[in-house]
Amino acid sequence: MNKKEYLELVKKLTPKEEKLKNTFLAFLMGGTLGFIAEAIKLLLVYKICITTKEATTWVLIIFIFLASLFTGLGFFDKLVMKFKAGLIVPITGFAHSVTSSALDYKEDGLITGLGGYLFRLAGCVLLYGIIAAFFLAILKVIIYV
Amino acid sequence: MFEFKDIYLNEYFTIAGPLEKEYGVKNCDIYLDDYYFGEKSTENAEIKMQRTVLNNLITSNTELIIGGDLTNQPTAFGSASLGRKIPSIGLYSACATTISSILTLSSFIINKTIKEGVFVTSSHNLAAEKQFRFPVEYGAPKPIRSTFTATAAVGIKISNKPSNIKIKGGTLGKVVDSFVKDAHNMGAVMAKGAAETFIDYLSQTNTTIKDYDLILTGDLGKVGADIFKEILKIEHNIKVNNHIDAGAVFYKNLEYSGASGTAAQALLLVTKFIHIKKYKKILCLGTGSLHSPLLVNQKNTIPTVTHALYLEVEK
Repeated sequence: MNKKEYLELVKKLTPKEEKLKNTFLAFLMGGTLGFIAEAIKLLLVYKICITTKEATTWVLIIFIFLASLFTGLGFFDKLVMKFKAGLIVPITGFAHSVTSSALDYKEDGLITGLGGYLFRLAGCVLLYGIIAAFFLAILKVIIYV
Repeated sequence: MFEFKDIYLNEYFTIAGPLEKEYGVKNCDIYLDDYYFGEKSTENAEIKMQRTVLNNLITSNTELIIGGDLTNQPTAFGSASLGRKIPSIGLYSACATTISSILTLSSFIINKTIKEGVFVTSSHNLAAEKQFRFPVEYGAPKPIRSTFTATAAVGIKISNKPSNIKIKGGTLGKVVDSFVKDAHNMGAVMAKGAAETFIDYLSQTNTTIKDYDLILTGDLGKVGADIFKEILKIEHNIKVNNHIDAGAVFYKNLEYSGASGTAAQALLLVTKFIHIKKYKKILCLGTGSLHSPLLVNQKNTIPTVTHALYLEVEK
């Protein structure tokens, strides 16, 4: 059996992912999170009377805190596996990746473990996020100046 | 190819993890309630698992310990054999380590270098996840085709003292390129090597598939088992009816392809097939995927190796 034949056989016998179902679940979860976030924000703006900008920051803090707490309590990974991008794409995914790395390497030393590996997964988000922000800022300057 | 005479499997000791208990793996000596076994880290838990197995099998007659696991630089094996004043060799052929270790140990006995030796292996789901994939608590979506590392430790004592289980022979497999780059699809990686070693073994021993009561493959999972059978059907016109894959029968209702890990095949072999004594002639194919995160990240295809071991279980 040559390479092509074997890879075709593998493709034929490997079960396909349920992309439509996964997309729908992710959409549902992502949407729900957005809805809750908006509700909290409006509540903060109208009941506690802070500015929209401050309220947005508070919403982010609440979401990051809850995602980290639930990761530590050990059930958030099961939710992420179910709802996939619906929980990974929002800020909850970032918090989840940092907390789970921290839990994994807490026994490996403060420098060699926790320090070195805290951003094992989130590092790429930071790096490419900063690079993207840099180029978008240049683009903004070019357009508006 | 090996042909052994008067080599016997005398004793075994098994430890299974919480998920294995939940999914009905029976007849184990110890079941763990959690993944930590009273230790602070998962790696230390794996060391303790192997150490417990060795403590229960080693006697003053033991002359050699052979074993291995999935941790980097077989850490669990090295630490578990620490301070025993018995020569030890760590082996690594991924999930085929069980079979390669038993063959090596049997060779030492047939050459009369030693009379009795102990084999030990383990795999720990969380330690393996951390090393090969993502942090333990990170809910990285696992595709349906992926396998799940079993948590277990298995030790087997082999010697020239007669027992019901004879180790009759086997063969060491060649490393084969699977052409697959997808580290999630371990079944597809290993099925190719499994089929090649199986055909090699049949031609070396001049036997056919009907000469065996059971073909027990290691941890191909459901996906890999299907591919394995399909290769034999298309390429060699062999219809397989007496095949069980250790990986595919673990965690039946879990949506993944099955179990993997060095201990998966060994655990099923001793707790089920050697225990119930239903099958007499058992051919074990230990399937190993020789991948590492480095190999996968640099976009190389994954090599695979399968070793074969032939056992006879008398009632």
